[in-house]
Amino acid sequence: MNEVDDPPTTVVPTPVRDPVVDGRPVPTQRVIPLRRPGRWIATVVVLVVVAQIGHGLATNRFFQWHRFGYWFTRPVIVDGLIVTLKVAAWSALFGLLGGVVLALARLSKSPVLTAVSWTYIWLFRSIPLIVLLLFLYNFGALYKTISLGVPFGPTFAHFDESRLASDMVIAIVGLSLNEAAYAAEVVRAGILSVDQGQHEAAAALGLPRAYQLRRVVLPQALRAIIPAYVNQLIGLIKSTSLVYYVSLLDLFGSVETLGSTYPSDIVPLLVVATVWYLILTSAVSIVQFYVERYYARGAVRTLPPTPLQRLRAGLAGVRARYRLEVGR
Amino acid sequence: MTTTPTRAAAVRIHNAHKAYGAHRVLNGIDLTVPPGHVAAILGPSGSGKSTLLRAINHLEKLDVGYVSINDEPIGVRRHGERLKELSGRVILRQRRQVGFVFQSFNLFPNLSVLDNVAAGPIATGRHRKPQAHTLAYGLLERVGLADKARAYPRQLSGGQQQRVAIARALALEPGVILFDEPTSALDPELVGEVLSVIKDLAATGTTMIVVTHEIGFAREVADLAVFLDDGRILEQGPPAQVLDQPSHPRTREFLSKVL
Repeated sequence: MNEVDDPPTTVVPTPVRDPVVDGRPVPTQRVIPLRRPGRWIATVVVLVVVAQIGHGLATNRFFQWHRFGYWFTRPVIVDGLIVTLKVAAWSALFGLLGGVVLALARLSKSPVLTAVSWTYIWLFRSIPLIVLLLFLYNFGALYKTISLGVPFGPTFAHFDESRLASDMVIAIVGLSLNEAAYAAEVVRAGILSVDQGQHEAAAALGLPRAYQLRRVVLPQALRAIIPAYVNQLIGLIKSTSLVYYVSLLDLFGSVETLGSTYPSDIVPLLVVATVWYLILTSAVSIVQFYVERYYARGAVRTLPPTPLQRLRAGLAGVRARYRLEVGR
Repeated sequence: MTTTPTRAAAVRIHNAHKAYGAHRVLNGIDLTVPPGHVAAILGPSGSGKSTLLRAINHLEKLDVGYVSINDEPIGVRRHGERLKELSGRVILRQRRQVGFVFQSFNLFPNLSVLDNVAAGPIATGRHRKPQAHTLAYGLLERVGLADKARAYPRQLSGGQQQRVAIARALALEPGVILFDEPTSALDPELVGEVLSVIKDLAATGTTMIVVTHEIGFAREVADLAVFLDDGRILEQGPPAQVLDQPSHPRTREFLSKVL
């Protein structure tokens, strides 16, 4: 290690020469990648199957594509779509807010809060959503009025239940109650995924509790929360189809009622619903990609490329290889 | 920009006891570190070094005894003959006079280097954002990382991350800085850059308590060497005495292994 004591050496540049094996020089620059014929065969097989499915979808008269085109943007379908969007958006919002509160309660040091949160999650994850919705629908028969106040004490507010709870409200309340129970576990898992050292460092700096949560814990927890919550959200969008059973005409409800009026169009109508649900979940997935990318800042050394960047890089690679082949 | 060193604090540990279940980690520790002094805490793993250090800013609660900084008890208040725990909010405020540097850095990965350093002064309302950023730039310059202000912690080497962590601790303008094995998680070739920053800091007259395995560093920088074993202080005194002429056989045995 004592470099200072070593006598100064003069560096003699050695000419770079290819190594020699069995008297023949071995080229050192480029390694030719292994040929993979199996992969090519599999690709061709898959392409043929995909083409067959596409052909079947396009030509099978069972699907009646002209009727699909007729129904796809009919006002009655769009009205149903709007109901679906409203129910999904409000339930997602209230479900997430409830989930955050439940998760914080579950993680708190108070045994009462922990127990209440645990019981809520246990109960609402156990009740099938359809049962919960029908139960709420019949709630009006059970309780004619709702009062806000201290138990056994004074009453502050008084509502007539039948006027308060429209079908839309029942649907949103039911989905939110159910969603909050699942979201709570997602949020809790996210918060637990943040390293203990982060809590300690924030505490050692004397950062106020709210600031710790807002600037240190939640941004890091969100990295774990987002993929799981989007999963949840996609499930929620599809669950909205159950609100038809509390007499709300959502996307599925519209399709179902139209189907009984036009029995011959039931298949294209179901395809209409499927395509709309596909569009909704795709929109959520796209938003997910960019939100995840935003919260990946700092967690990875370089951000993953966007699909557009990846496409450009891929094309550049193909072009470079082509130039190389032609150049040879 | 040079930061004026805040008035160096005196740290006293009074009869500290701590147990995890049946396992007793601290068995009655009394220690005084006068203002501006550097104390090196040495000892085998499991001897209670880290627990003692973490008790100083109340990251660990003591079962018996207390720590005081400039004669102010930390995390507790005297109530007649007894000690009562303070509220979380007050403890957070008290911690702002203590800088803490962790073995594993614990920088906030979601914040830029500059925001990591500026977070303390901004969140605690000590400085407004522009002043906090000026302060943070000055401190990053001091640890030789002004050019990394916009980078994120995971883009830095371990040694650089630890230097940022030191700047973050300094941003509180603390009266005392605690170091918990600051170089143990680093590659050997990166240890030097962190030690030299700590050395410079010692020269400014800040009170420092360093848990370390770097005997050479302790000998060079510390005013006081403390040897801990089994939750007790076996020996303390000037490094020349404790490290070169240890009186206790246990100290001799430990030093012969690490040197």
